[in-house]
Amino acid sequence: MPPDPAIEFRRVSYKIDGAQVLSDFSLEIASGETLVLLGRSGSGKTTTLKLVNRLIIPTSGEIRINGLANSEADVIRLRRGIGYVIQEVGLFPHFTVERNIGLVPSISGWPADRTQDRVRELLQLVGLAPETALRYPHQLSGGQRQRIGVARALAADPPILLMDEPFGALDPLTRDELQREFQALQQKLRKTVLFVTHDLREALRLGSRIALMESGKLVTVLSPQKFVRSDDPLASAYIKAFGESLESANGGRP
Amino acid sequence: MNVLRFISQNRGQVLELTLEHLWLVGLSTLFAIAIGIPLGIVIAHRPRLKGPVLASANIIQTIPSLALFGFLLPLPWLGERADRLAILALTLYALLPIIRNTFTGIRGIDAAVLEAGRGMGLTESQLLFQVELPLAVSTILSGVRVAIVISVGLATIAAAIGAGGLGEFIFRGLSMVDNNVILAGAIPAAILALFADAAIGWLERRLQPR
Ligand SMILES: Nc1ncnc2c1ncn2[C@@H]1O[C@H](COP(=O)(O)OP(=O)(O)O)[C@@H](O)[C@H]1O
Ligand SMILES: [Mg+2]
Repeated sequence: MPPDPAIEFRRVSYKIDGAQVLSDFSLEIASGETLVLLGRSGSGKTTTLKLVNRLIIPTSGEIRINGLANSEADVIRLRRGIGYVIQEVGLFPHFTVERNIGLVPSISGWPADRTQDRVRELLQLVGLAPETALRYPHQLSGGQRQRIGVARALAADPPILLMDEPFGALDPLTRDELQREFQALQQKLRKTVLFVTHDLREALRLGSRIALMESGKLVTVLSPQKFVRSDDPLASAYIKAFGESLESANGGRP
Repeated sequence: MNVLRFISQNRGQVLELTLEHLWLVGLSTLFAIAIGIPLGIVIAHRPRLKGPVLASANIIQTIPSLALFGFLLPLPWLGERADRLAILALTLYALLPIIRNTFTGIRGIDAAVLEAGRGMGLTESQLLFQVELPLAVSTILSGVRVAIVISVGLATIAAAIGAGGLGEFIFRGLSMVDNNVILAGAIPAAILALFADAAIGWLERRLQPR
C-alpha cells in the first residue's frame, strides 16, 4: 500500500456569500515535496491554504492530513503541526524577534533554554545575525521580516509548511536571494510545502510540481519540466506572457 | 488670595472632602473598568452585539446627571446611602469611553497579525491575553483617562444628593454666594483631574507596545 499523502484535498468546494470560491478541488501532496499553487489573483490560492489549517471550513468535501480528516483533529494541535507564512508576514509588533520565533515552542511547553537555543539555531538557518533576536519588527527591513516569518513558521519543527506568497512584496534582488535560500533549506529539511505564488518564474524554480488554478478550479498539475512544454492553453498563456516579458526586456534596446 | 486663606483655614475639611471625592471617583472607575473592558472585548468579537451595547452606554451618557441620581434613588440597598448611589451613577457614566476604546483598540489590530496568531495555533484566550490586549492597551487606557476626567467633574454633583466630596464646597459656596468657597471645591477637583490625567498618561507611555 502506498503511503498516505501528507495533504489530500478530496472534492473540496468552498462557497461564501453566494460566491463559489473553490469548486470540486482534488489534489494530493506527497510528503517532502514542494507543491506550488500558481494562479492569478482571486483564483482561490489563499482559500486553498486556509482550508488546510482550518482557518476556514469547506462547504463540502474534506482535507486529509497524513490520511486523517483535518476536521477530526484537535484544531489547535493541527495548527501547531503546520507552519504558516502569510504574505503580510504578520509578526507580533510588541514582541522581540526572539519572542516572535519562540512563541509556539513556549506555548507548547518547551523549557525556556531549549526555546532559546532553537531561536538561535533558526536565526542562523534563515541567515540573520544573532543580535537580531532582541530587535522589534519595526526595526527590521522587509527581507529580514520575511526571514523571521519563515523562522517563526519553522520554530516547532512542523512537518508541513504553508507559504502564501511569502516573497511577493520584496524587491527582485532580495526575492532572488530568499528563493535561493529556500531551495537550500528545503534540500536540508524536506518539509511538505504548499507554496502559493502568481509568479511563474518562482513556481518553476521552487516547485517539484505546479498546480495551476483559475476561478477556483484546478486546471492541471505538472512538473516544471512538463509545464514549460505543456499544450494546456492556460499553461502556455503563462509561458507566453513570461517569454514576452523577457523578450521585450531584450528588444527594448535599440 | 482669599481662596488660599480659606483653604488653609479649613484644610482639615478640604482634605476630608478630597479623600471622599477620590473614593467616589476611584471606586466607580474600578467598577467601570471591571465591566467596560470585558464588554468591549465581547463586542469586538461579536459584531452583532456592538450596536445594542454601544447604544445603551450612549443613552446613559445623555441622561443629565441630576436626573440619573433621581432615577436611581428608589433602588433598594443602593438608595439607602448617597455614596452608593453616586458610585453607581459615576460607574454608568464612565462605561462608554472604556467600552468604546476597548472595542476600537482591539478592532484596530492588523488583521494579518491575528491571522498569523490563529494560524500558528494560539487558542482564543492566548490570542486575547498575549496579542489583542497588549496591542490595544494604550487605546484602552486613553478611554480610562477620559472616563476619570469626566468622573472627577461629575462627582462634584454627587454632593447634591449628600454623597459628599468636593461638591459640598461648591454647593455651599453657591448658596452663600461666596466664590472663595466655590473655588475651595473647584480648585482641588481640577488638580485631582490633572493628576489623574498625568498618571494615566505616564502609564500609557510605559505600556505602549512598539
Ligand atoms: N470571506 C470572503 N467573502 C467573500 N469573498 C471571498 C472571501 N474570501 C475569498 N473571497 C473571494 O474568493 C476569491 C478567491 O480568493 P483568494 O483565495 O484570496 O484568491 P487568491 O489567493 O488566489 O488571490 C476572490 O474572488 C475573493 O474575492
Ligand atoms: Mg492570496
